[in-house]
Amino acid sequence: MAPDPQDDATVTDESTAVDDGAPAEATEDAVDSASAPNPVHEEMAALLQAGGLGGDSVARSESVFDDYVVRVANRAWRHAGEIARDALECDYLSFIAGIDWAPAPKEGGEEASGDTSQPAQPTEMTFGAAGSAGRFQVFAHVQSTRRHWGLTLKTDLDESAPTVESWVPLYPGADWHERECWEMFGFVFEGHPSLRHLYLPADFEGHPLRKDFPLLARVVKPWPGLVDVEAMPGEPEAAADTETAQA
Amino acid sequence: MSTERMVATDQLAPEALHHLADAQINVELDTGDMILNLGPQHPATHGTLRLVVRLDGERVVSADPVIGYMHRGYEKLTEFRTYPQVTTLINRIDWLSSFANEVPFMDAAEKLMDIEAPPRAKYIRTILTELSRIATFLLFLGEMGLQVGALTPAFYGFRDREHVLNLIEAVTGGRFHPNFNRIGGLKDDLPWGWVAECRSVMDIVFEACDTFEKLVAGNEIFEARTRGIGIIPADVGSSYGMSGANLRASGVDWDLRRDGPPYLVYPELDFEVHTHPDADSFARYIVRLEETRESARMVLQCLDALPSGPVMAKVPRIIKVPEGEVWVETENPLGQMGYYVISKGATGPFRVKIRSASFSNVSILPWLLRGVFVPDVITILGSLYFILGDIDR
Amino acid sequence: MELLALDIGWGTTLAIKTIVVLIIIPTGALILGYVFLLKMMSHMQSRLGPMDPGGFHGWYQLVGDGLKFIQKEDVMPAQADRRVFAMAPAVVVLSTFLIFAVIPMGPDLVVKDLDVGVFYALAVSSLSVIGVLMAGWASANKFALLGALRAAAQLIAYELPLLLAVVGVVVQAGTLNLQGIVTAQQDGSIFGFSGLGEPFILTQFIGFALFLVAAQAELTQTPFDMPVAESELVSGFMVEYTGFRFLFFFIGEFGTAFAFAALAATLFLGGWAIPGVEGDWANILGPFVLFAKLMAVAFLMFWVRFTYPRLREDQLQSLAWKVLIPLGLLNLVLTGVFKVAF
Repeated sequence: MAPDPQDDATVTDESTAVDDGAPAEATEDAVDSASAPNPVHEEMAALLQAGGLGGDSVARSESVFDDYVVRVANRAWRHAGEIARDALECDYLSFIAGIDWAPAPKEGGEEASGDTSQPAQPTEMTFGAAGSAGRFQVFAHVQSTRRHWGLTLKTDLDESAPTVESWVPLYPGADWHERECWEMFGFVFEGHPSLRHLYLPADFEGHPLRKDFPLLARVVKPWPGLVDVEAMPGEPEAAADTETAQA
Repeated sequence: MSTERMVATDQLAPEALHHLADAQINVELDTGDMILNLGPQHPATHGTLRLVVRLDGERVVSADPVIGYMHRGYEKLTEFRTYPQVTTLINRIDWLSSFANEVPFMDAAEKLMDIEAPPRAKYIRTILTELSRIATFLLFLGEMGLQVGALTPAFYGFRDREHVLNLIEAVTGGRFHPNFNRIGGLKDDLPWGWVAECRSVMDIVFEACDTFEKLVAGNEIFEARTRGIGIIPADVGSSYGMSGANLRASGVDWDLRRDGPPYLVYPELDFEVHTHPDADSFARYIVRLEETRESARMVLQCLDALPSGPVMAKVPRIIKVPEGEVWVETENPLGQMGYYVISKGATGPFRVKIRSASFSNVSILPWLLRGVFVPDVITILGSLYFILGDIDR
Repeated sequence: MELLALDIGWGTTLAIKTIVVLIIIPTGALILGYVFLLKMMSHMQSRLGPMDPGGFHGWYQLVGDGLKFIQKEDVMPAQADRRVFAMAPAVVVLSTFLIFAVIPMGPDLVVKDLDVGVFYALAVSSLSVIGVLMAGWASANKFALLGALRAAAQLIAYELPLLLAVVGVVVQAGTLNLQGIVTAQQDGSIFGFSGLGEPFILTQFIGFALFLVAAQAELTQTPFDMPVAESELVSGFMVEYTGFRFLFFFIGEFGTAFAFAALAATLFLGGWAIPGVEGDWANILGPFVLFAKLMAVAFLMFWVRFTYPRLREDQLQSLAWKVLIPLGLLNLVLTGVFKVAF
């Protein structure tokens, strides 16, 4: 991702023209479609096409700040990885992880009980760069140590039975990343040598990073800020201010 | 020895009796492999890493790292925090160079909010990042000697690191978890007299590097223990996601400060990226030694070019980051650390994927440790230089 | 016997000698431990070491440590072999005490003036190998076992360079008797100048170097401390030992260092002999002279210990078999040639 003259999205000097020319804050989809296209990303797109990843395998692709995000179909996941590794010379696997786009269930809402224990997130399900077909996605980032560029690949997973092909035959390092992803989200990676727990004990039930898995620390004990109503010494009944403005 | 294979003397064939003295011993010694648990409490595993190794005598047949003893669930926790609160969390990922952990996240939030930190803040951020790199590497240079058995360099490493930590404390108020970054800049400006103090500490750092070069890297036994140990070819390393000094010691000329998207003031600094052709533990030591010197030079350059001005941009009181996604990765002391921040326009992030360097560095251990001796396992663990908080998040 | 013009019976003599040896070893271990382990190591590492116990630079630290160890609970792993586990430290310490039975501290101050003193000293110092193996095996701990097996291989391998170094001295002195060796150094002359005697370090410098290296290995000190590799096995064969038994190992380690330093001082530096002092004065000053010389040797040994990293087991073995033993043999040949020729 080397900065080049035509790309005025270099972040060193300008504080305003950060992205590809389009004003960003008003629209709900702040990740813009490339109006001033990034030549590096165009080259990558061309190489991907030439390598065989095209047509209906690619759902959508976007340039997001300095990153190129390509969303591929589920059946083309390993194929996409192969092309990234061979045609784009991306020999370096940065990570493979999952996203759960469902909004976190929250009883009451912020105004109702003054519960500021967690930031209120929007209650409708919206998706990010390159969109999504449903609740679950797997995304991976690979880089090239020679061409000095990187690529983020995303794919959609079926909500009822999330499975996708494993990248272990392509990048041996995918082993641990996919184990973590399975453990945290429940995504099954076909072809993985041994999908077992990485961080959590072997008998752990549930998939913690899913949005419907509660943060157990908050369930076990309420957030201390909420119940901090101890009166100051000398003052009769001052309800202590829970932090409404976090700066 | 399994008893089924031992034959009674009177049942041996006559020609076997010829070698009767050896017969019992030479009957296929069925030695079993020994399973040894290195950790989670062990002085050499840098924290709560557990390595279950199968040993054949003193050789490792297979090794399986078991991690997660320090898993704190950061990615889940970030979904319950506002952006400024996340800084206190991510400080503690790599606790030896905590300032450097905050930088990519701050960069990500600032990109999404379309805010830029003022130049002075960027310079100070660069200085503090490089200082934390020096602090971490001085510790590494000392404790690498400890891994191979030399007790003394570890103390020298800690002693010299104290000077750097005092500097960081003078600015931020905290030696280990400064929590000094704010979205849009820094919490405070530098104290009076700090710049001169910093220059004198850099002299100490140069001296310390020279000492380590002579005392440790120049020691014949240290070389005998680290040369040729733990060789990681460049393509294997990058396919596992190994990064930082580890990958540069395998000959890969790749440093995000120079080759990645520009961040902080690195485009304006003049520095070299050091690589080493052998990919062994000694190479990793030498690369980090050179990088410490390079960091000290970078700090001096930043001090010379430090502009005046505010350290904080105009930022709304309640920080709400607009909807968007961004991936920011920086060259941290342990390797490449990145944050993929997905925001939905709230005061806190929707999902943060923390890509930590040591996670990938340690994932290479099952491949790397086959066939090495037990003492070499310790040397390799020391040379890869991981922090448990970075692995386990 | 006649000592300072007093007539003492053999029973009293035996009692005195036993008590002296029993006191000297722990005291010597204590002094070596304090001076070198606590103070010298600390100063080399830019720190102070103990300063409080006892007021003056913490001299009481090790005494306090010893008392602390004695009053600790005796913990034994459930699966350990109880009798072997208990006996192992005793075996190690026994060999230390036995070495000191032949080291002369003055012309008449020797517990037993054996004609085969050198042979006896080396033989007895090898007993500790058995103790180490017993400790490692009986601990029912894989780390301890690894340490003990490494120790067995190492200690046996380094017996030979030790022996070869000493044999050079024996050839030059013409006797195995330690008192005789000291006398030979006292009465010798350097190129005709007999004022300083002839400490064998001048001619047996190869032997001295070999002895130091081999002694370092025999004591399982860095660079040869694989059996006790602190950052790997955390104490190796001693890992399951606590309290009183660990104190025995500690005394054994430093007491043996004391004994080997004394042996080196006797064989190479002239032992209790000082030029110009004879007879009764030598009996009074002898122990102090020997002490000073052995402290110098111990300084070298500990200095190396705190500087160098440790060699891996196979590197250690190849050093012993491929480098030190040929050097020792060369030393022997040269000594023999020079002895006959001059």
